[in-house]
Amino acid sequence: MVKQEEQLLADRPDNTAFTQQRLPAWQPMLSAGIVIPGFVLIGLAFIGIGVALFVTSQSIQVLEMDYTGRETTSGCFKCTDPDTKNCVCQLDFDIDTLIKGPVFFYYGLSNYFQNYRRYGVSKDDTQLSGDLDNFINPSDTCSPYDTDNDKPIVPCGSIANSMFNDTFVLHQLINGTKKLVPFDGKGIAWWTDYNVKYRNPGVKPLKDAFKDTVKPPFWPKPAYELDPSDPNNNGFINQDFLVWMRRAALSDFRKLYRRIARGDYTQGLPAGNYSLEIHYNYPVLSFNGRKKVVFSNVSWMGGQNEFLGIAYLVVGSMCIIMSIVMLIVYAKFKFPEED
Amino acid sequence: MLPLQKNTHRGRERHGEEEREKQMFGLCLMEASDKHAGLPASRLTPDSGFDPPHQSDTRTIYVANRFPQHGHYIPQRFADNRIISSKYTVWNFVPKNLFEQFRRIANFYFLIIFLVQLMIDTPTSPVTSGLPLFFVITVTAIKQGYEDWLRHKADNEVNGAPVFVVRSGSLVQTRSKNIRVGDIVRVAKDETFPADLALLSSDRADGTCHITTASLDGETNLKTNFSVAETAVCQSVSQLEALQAVVECQQPDADLYRFVGRITVTQHGEEIVRALGQENLLLRGARLKNTKEIFGVAIYTGMESKMALNYKCKSQKRSAVEKSMNTFLLIYLGILLFEAVLSTILKYAWQAEDKWDEPFYNQKTEQERNSSPILKFISDFLAFLVLYNFIIPISLYVTVEMQKFLGSFFIGWDLDLYHEESDQKAQVNTSDLNEELGQVEYVFTDKTGTLTENEMHFRECSINGVKYREVNGKLAPEGMTDDSPDGSTPHLTGDELLFLQAVALCHTVQISYDQPDCPVGGGDPFSHANGFSSSHMEYYASSPDEKALVEAAKRIGVAFTRCSGETMEIKTFGKSEKYKLLHLLEFDADRRRMSVILQTPSGGKVLFTKGAESAILPFTTSGEIEKTRLHVDEFALKGLRTLVVACRHFSPEEYIDVEKHLNAARTALQQREEKLQEAFAYIERDLQLLGATGVEDKLQDKVQETIEALRLAGIKVWVLTGDKHETAVSVSLSCGHFHRTMNILELLQQRSDNECAEQLRRLDRRIKEDHVIQHGLVVDGASLSLALREHEKLFMEVCKNCSAVLCCRMAPLQKAKVVRLFKTSPEKPITLAIGDGANDVSMIQEAHVGIGIMGKEGRQAVRNSDYAIARFKFLAKLLLVHGHFYYIRIATLVQYFFYKNVCFITPQFLYQFFCLFSQQTLYDSVYLTLYNICFTSLPILVYSLFEQLVHPHVLQNKPGLYRDISKNSLLSFRTFLYWTLLGFLHAFIFFFGSYILMGEDTTLMGNGQVWPFLHTQDMYFVFVQLLSSGSAWFAIIIIIITCLFPDVVKKVFYRHLQPTSTQTSQMYSNRVAIGDDFIALQPLSRAKSQLGKIR
Repeated sequence: MVKQEEQLLADRPDNTAFTQQRLPAWQPMLSAGIVIPGFVLIGLAFIGIGVALFVTSQSIQVLEMDYTGRETTSGCFKCTDPDTKNCVCQLDFDIDTLIKGPVFFYYGLSNYFQNYRRYGVSKDDTQLSGDLDNFINPSDTCSPYDTDNDKPIVPCGSIANSMFNDTFVLHQLINGTKKLVPFDGKGIAWWTDYNVKYRNPGVKPLKDAFKDTVKPPFWPKPAYELDPSDPNNNGFINQDFLVWMRRAALSDFRKLYRRIARGDYTQGLPAGNYSLEIHYNYPVLSFNGRKKVVFSNVSWMGGQNEFLGIAYLVVGSMCIIMSIVMLIVYAKFKFPEED
Repeated sequence: MLPLQKNTHRGRERHGEEEREKQMFGLCLMEASDKHAGLPASRLTPDSGFDPPHQSDTRTIYVANRFPQHGHYIPQRFADNRIISSKYTVWNFVPKNLFEQFRRIANFYFLIIFLVQLMIDTPTSPVTSGLPLFFVITVTAIKQGYEDWLRHKADNEVNGAPVFVVRSGSLVQTRSKNIRVGDIVRVAKDETFPADLALLSSDRADGTCHITTASLDGETNLKTNFSVAETAVCQSVSQLEALQAVVECQQPDADLYRFVGRITVTQHGEEIVRALGQENLLLRGARLKNTKEIFGVAIYTGMESKMALNYKCKSQKRSAVEKSMNTFLLIYLGILLFEAVLSTILKYAWQAEDKWDEPFYNQKTEQERNSSPILKFISDFLAFLVLYNFIIPISLYVTVEMQKFLGSFFIGWDLDLYHEESDQKAQVNTSDLNEELGQVEYVFTDKTGTLTENEMHFRECSINGVKYREVNGKLAPEGMTDDSPDGSTPHLTGDELLFLQAVALCHTVQISYDQPDCPVGGGDPFSHANGFSSSHMEYYASSPDEKALVEAAKRIGVAFTRCSGETMEIKTFGKSEKYKLLHLLEFDADRRRMSVILQTPSGGKVLFTKGAESAILPFTTSGEIEKTRLHVDEFALKGLRTLVVACRHFSPEEYIDVEKHLNAARTALQQREEKLQEAFAYIERDLQLLGATGVEDKLQDKVQETIEALRLAGIKVWVLTGDKHETAVSVSLSCGHFHRTMNILELLQQRSDNECAEQLRRLDRRIKEDHVIQHGLVVDGASLSLALREHEKLFMEVCKNCSAVLCCRMAPLQKAKVVRLFKTSPEKPITLAIGDGANDVSMIQEAHVGIGIMGKEGRQAVRNSDYAIARFKFLAKLLLVHGHFYYIRIATLVQYFFYKNVCFITPQFLYQFFCLFSQQTLYDSVYLTLYNICFTSLPILVYSLFEQLVHPHVLQNKPGLYRDISKNSLLSFRTFLYWTLLGFLHAFIFFFGSYILMGEDTTLMGNGQVWPFLHTQDMYFVFVQLLSSGSAWFAIIIIIITCLFPDVVKKVFYRHLQPTSTQTSQMYSNRVAIGDDFIALQPLSRAKSQLGKIR
């Protein structure tokens, strides 16, 4: 009997929540009754977060100094002449209060378009990952810095060629004597860049790998001699090189140069007089560029950034204001009655 | 003789219609998506519907291909009997399908972009547009390939079907596709004819056979076909072998009801020429009935058969949503071009200075320096085009198609649309139109079988002024209680007997014996109702009324038992009586009656006639005329279909006179029609009124509620019926289409243009004067065609102001014409046609949405419809719930697709201002590729399958909500603009939010590392870095909240100040859903009032 019935109703659709479109659902309704408390809650939370972020951001100390030397009064003015070689200039500054450590030391460039497309593609990733074939035959994308007099350039391309090559030495002036502030150049690049993405060829010594190649034309010394003090910081895994190769998104940018967290300066830079010795090599005036150095410490949320705190405060208060407006409207115009 | 007249009359009328039809469908698109690939009738090659070109006007067919033996005979070439409905072959699938697909503008656009990327120095990899394009094309190709494979399978089945052909003196079995013109084909009982055949002979001595053309025109009655006497004798293969005959006939055309030809039979060296007409032609697709076997010669084969030529390619219906979609695409194309041009110009303005164009760190290559400036300009423009091209949503079509395809399953799955009695669920033939179900403004519905069950039941009759009703197979006079003891021998008075004899004899019902297993129409579960099955005898009738009457007569005791050629046999309480059928005066729409002239067993000549009361009562001279008229009106008011029965006894002299008149008219060579009409009028007079019958066509369940719901939803319901005016009005009243309070206007029986215009103007004035009450309009077919011919505008004006319109006496094509009139009127309303019979097919195909009712009149309507449902009442849920859901879903889907791409690509555009317009991409290639086909299309697809903004019960109970989405409101330009602006706003927030956050390239990391957000070549570990930064998380949160803020505020205010009824009912349903708990949380006074509202 049952079977017969089943056969009779063979075409009967299944009575399941899915086929009958009865799946459980939740429908958030944007009615004033729900939105007003919601807005108040969000507003309060945001104002709270905003204040916290703002305070955190304010606690970060930043010291930023331009050393382009465009003005004649500037100490580095003498070095702006492109003909001067190996120019060294000095930048003296005072610190009023202790900059708590660890202090990060950045260099900054402005009006510098690392985000230019032609510039950005001008590198050879295979070469940079240590493939010797690409040492001999660099990719076309490196043009016009792929070969120099028919000899392959390693590392090739505009990005590598234009690597920032000013160097800095920081001294604290204590009673007229210069005390070197030690820099730490380790771990300033991304771990993945240093360990995965960029590799030196397995040839020992490294110099042999660069046989029959030439250094980028703007470079004073070849890649395998970038850091004479540390043999493991040469070639493509040189920290400064890695930092430079990670292109900046915008035309005003800063890049990490060194960390100050050693010796007497583990607690930060104490108040006092300092002198920054700059080996001025990098020309920027041709494109109205600027160079600067930045000393900054960081919090859990990174460097100084007031924007987030302010944004949270603004949006939070907007929510509160809107909820008040809505409340007034709600009270004045009653919800239309159901017919 | 008789059927010939019937057919010529019909043929002429149909021919005119056919011409129009051809014009109508000649324009249709080549592409037709038809899910019924398995049915050869519905799926043929695109060039059908046109007459194929022919060198000469006639074709000469040598029966059995015995060509003349003289040397200079050149055989004519004919198509073979292969039916080809598939579009592709294995070889041409790839090129042809690609060609078809790239005709789609969006696909072509992406192809161009892809090619551009291959050619120029492109900022993004060609993969970014190539892969999505490949994906889209592949998915579509797979779908179309599968559909074509099904078609191939169906074709092979049809073409490979075994048939028997007489070749070289014996019966040879071969495949259907091998039939050639001139072959003699044998067809057995219940087989379909494999080609258009001229009937040569059947197993009957008179050479007749019965066929049903249900699959061609939906008429389920048996038709009789004839063969020429000279060939009818050739009943065996050997006799046929000796037959020397030539058929000459017209070249194939699409007219099912016209065939002109002649056959020349050579017998004993003597040529006998006989005319061949439509009654000699067996059409491909028709089915042989009641006849053991026939032989016929193939006249038209394969794609030249009338069925194939008659196949109207279904013009692809496009929904309003798709049209808006295309407009939006064009607008976005405009935005894209604008952005690209602007960027190119700005690039050159910017780079005028050397220090930006070529700073020392970014030298150009030799090649770049030397290329021509014009080429560079063009290439720059193209590069920007490529960069911004993702603003055009590539996967829009594919996602929409998937949404429609998957979403349409819910209709078939819906238990509420499942009809338990007949075990039928809703059926979706075209998923392209799902959302159109939510946009319907006019419903054109058939009456019989759609609003009613099409199950005729004899209810009452009036005999000689006394009303009777049928009680337990007996006639019970009105007012008399059935107190006669059961089992008493039934007794009928003379009047009653005569009346019943008239009912049992005056009809064109056919009887079919011994085929309980083979109902007409194949597997139609309803077809058993078509033939009343008892003791292996079934009645077949073209009119269900006739069948009901004959069946009723049988129940009461006067059974019609046999009809063979000239004799009709009835059994009156077991006593057999033979009547000789002398003449049949066919029914026609003008006379609205039909008659038979019979010779009674006693030798007297009698005429029985039956027809509409207005067509018979004026000609009656005796009988209870006034009482009967009263009774007829009473029946009509009850919604019964009424017929009046009368008779006339001829004296022998009179009969001679009658016969003379008839024969004169029938043999007249000129103006035969008119003469026949005169003769009929001469004969059908001085009638003796016998009585009237009332047949009930039961209304379907919940028709009134459904119509009322549709009306509340703002949908205008028109009833288009072939029925007569009185019945139509009464059914209309009983199903709630017309209200009792309605002022019913009439536009009936207009004879001339002027008269019609005058009446229309009068109606118009009346409507305008009196706009307090509702108006209903009744129009009949003849008046309608007058009104449509010259006064379309005026007619439209009147119709629009009427809340209900009823069109009666409509021809099928007139129905389609009405639909088209509305479809093309300036407002371009969305129309829906619903019907169950073959006569509704043209209307179903014409309307924006065609719905077939799985009724009793074959599957023709279902097959040609876009959706098929079992009962009219399901229409309410289909439109109000499913239509509403689908519309909302697809509208959101489409808007979201445009929105998300604006959001996606505008930051790219903004970024150009910060990178010297160097076409630097902001996004990684993988992200660009997958954004459209993966990341953003799946979530919205899920949304667009399951979204229910209001509970289905609420939608169904409050039809007014349907008005909220009418006129494509969610895809109006305003809404589109709002979404686009939101898209731009959000894009600005994304971009500048991140810009300010990271603008100075400050550290975002606790370890002091700078985190630039731009990484072109390699996203390696960037995401991990991003997510390990606290600031990034805070930024993401604030950006999202800021983006949502304006929209939420706007929505809250609109919702509160100007809520749509949908929103109000959302609140309502939510409150009900949450129930008392929610109310308890509110202040007591408000909770009380709300409780009151809910309960």
